[in-house]
Amino acid sequence: MMTFSLALRNLARNRRRSITTLAAIVVGTVAILLFGGYTRNIRYGLQIGFVRSSGHLQIQHKDYFLYGSGNPAAYGIADYEHVMDVVRHDPVLAPMLTVVTPTLQLGGIAGNFAAGVSRTVIASGTDVDGQNAMRNWNDYGYDGTPPPLALTHTAPNAAVIGGGVARVLQLCGALGIRSCTRPEDATAHEAQSTAAMPPDIAELSADEARAIPQHKDTRIELLAATARGAPNVATLSVVKADSQGVKELDDIYVGMHLAQAQRLIYGGDPPQVTAILVQLHHTDQIPAARARLEHLLSTSLSADPLEVQDYETLNPSYGQTIGFFAAIFGFISILIGVIVLFTVGNTMSMAVVERTPEIGTLRAMGLRRAGIRSMFVVEGMLLGLLGSVLGIIATLLLALLINHGGITWTPPGRVEAVPLTVRVWGAWAPMIATALGLTLVTIVSSWVPSGRGARINIVSALRHA
Amino acid sequence: MTRTLKPSPCAAVLKDIAKRYRVGSVEIPALRAVSIEIREDCLTAISGPSGSGKTTLLNLIGCIDRPDQGELEVAGTPVAELSDNALSDFRAAHLGFVFQSFNLIPVLTAYENVEYPLRLTNVPPARRRERVLSMLDAVGLSSHARHRPSQLSGGQQQRVAIARALAAAPRVVLADEPTANLDSQTGASIIELMRQMQREHGISVVICSHDPKVIAAADDTVVIQDGRVESVKRSSDIHIVRPHTPVVGSRIQS
Repeated sequence: MMTFSLALRNLARNRRRSITTLAAIVVGTVAILLFGGYTRNIRYGLQIGFVRSSGHLQIQHKDYFLYGSGNPAAYGIADYEHVMDVVRHDPVLAPMLTVVTPTLQLGGIAGNFAAGVSRTVIASGTDVDGQNAMRNWNDYGYDGTPPPLALTHTAPNAAVIGGGVARVLQLCGALGIRSCTRPEDATAHEAQSTAAMPPDIAELSADEARAIPQHKDTRIELLAATARGAPNVATLSVVKADSQGVKELDDIYVGMHLAQAQRLIYGGDPPQVTAILVQLHHTDQIPAARARLEHLLSTSLSADPLEVQDYETLNPSYGQTIGFFAAIFGFISILIGVIVLFTVGNTMSMAVVERTPEIGTLRAMGLRRAGIRSMFVVEGMLLGLLGSVLGIIATLLLALLINHGGITWTPPGRVEAVPLTVRVWGAWAPMIATALGLTLVTIVSSWVPSGRGARINIVSALRHA
Repeated sequence: MTRTLKPSPCAAVLKDIAKRYRVGSVEIPALRAVSIEIREDCLTAISGPSGSGKTTLLNLIGCIDRPDQGELEVAGTPVAELSDNALSDFRAAHLGFVFQSFNLIPVLTAYENVEYPLRLTNVPPARRRERVLSMLDAVGLSSHARHRPSQLSGGQQQRVAIARALAAAPRVVLADEPTANLDSQTGASIIELMRQMQREHGISVVICSHDPKVIAAADDTVVIQDGRVESVKRSSDIHIVRPHTPVVGSRIQS
């Protein structure tokens, strides 16, 4: 009791130095917690993005994940409706499920034959209602829900393409994409061709061009190999070009109705899908749901060789991004820890020097070395605790300001700007861990000076009076 | 209050004590083969010129320094072989200190300063309070109990220091130049107070001082010169002894 009281009074004794040291701890706590909150927001944001588009778990044909991209049709799930039915009605899984929906991925060549251009694409056939239901998942309380898919309430042959596909297929004008410019080479080539023509031919050509109706044709042809290996073509009506956030995906994406995709690949044969997406109420249900699915796949659904993949495996960029932010967070935490270590160490060293006569007096009166040590360590600990508590309060206030400040940013892999949010409120475990961690650092940094104080020769210490 | 006449035992016994200090590569002898007995229940003055070794002698008796050679017994305990913790406990239980610069803990009030040695010896709170108030009353500072040292004059601070030194009812109180930082009138009152407390509490007081008033008030005077005892003057072989009532618990460990 006396040790705590003495420590508190000694902190108040040199107020300016204590405040400076506290400020360093407060700033350190705020930096760690705010960046932690920001990282948490990134993690949840990415997770929401993946879970809304591809679910928590996917049931796939065995080896589809590793080899299926080369020939998706060969890795189809034949009796997928039965599989979905079993999953939906399983008494263990049912309470955990929000959506179970199929998807069919395929590779092909999309062409705008009117313009004489084509490119390879990856097409995704989706059940629009199921996908729209998945987009409502919001386990982390983000503001607003995304709009429904562009394919909603569209014709069976409707398609959505990536911005890059639209650009290459020269559909920018027809789809009203403003940011789409034609390559300089093409423009120059046309100008050169016109200039090279005799004037009368050029005039005729212009008249002919004016005579052709300028219809807004957004039709494309999608050529793909059927499950039997024969080529098949589907004519799709592009309703929208949607930016996919990542250029690589933007340049190859074609979204279409599942039935259309199945007709393209399986023709009149029984349709299949390449994956069944399973979305859960909560991410932490993944282990239980996965275990149950694997049990079902090995018992009642053992007819086909199927396997379960989680969203982290299916989206390696998720783990990489989280790892990247975790590394930065760790680096910042260590840096702040070192700063606090030296700041508190310096403060306590100065305190030991200044209070050398006091140390001598207390030792002469009978206080043991351990008593001197604990006096300074408790001072350091109180600085750590007080600084952390003030830091937590400051963080909560700052987070409130940031979250309601209307600041937005566009995260990697996303198209639309999102509010800049730091998720601090409710994250009590990281707060306690930060406070305890920094307090531990202050104890460690007080340990050396306090030991020096405890070892001071009493006679020498008294001479300083 | 019983008046008992009996021959005085020893507060401290030093046999062939030597102490050297090393300054760089040079070894300076502070005390050379000092053998004296400090009588119990007496006010003993240690006098001598600067650098004669009187403070070193006081530090050894106060168990805040260790001799390089010789046997040292304080309050009946051979202290030379005690561990650091045991020596700390011994000081807390049996010794009190009064310093030249008062050395009160600046963040504690007068009350808390006097209370500190009692906390060190685990005296129960009620007994502690009673003892602190009685000590502050004895030094005439009851009304200043809540004052911090910075709010007290030099004389008042030294009175608090005396109350603190006596709070745990030590066997021996050691004072190093207690009047050096005080004006002569205040110094005289402090000597008078120490003398009075020594008699009332039946303790041994060893004062290291140049002050002639201290020497005049002392029962015994030890004169040190060049690290050797030059003379020991004992004013009386018989004196008043009062029963010693320990306040402290037993915290001493070997």
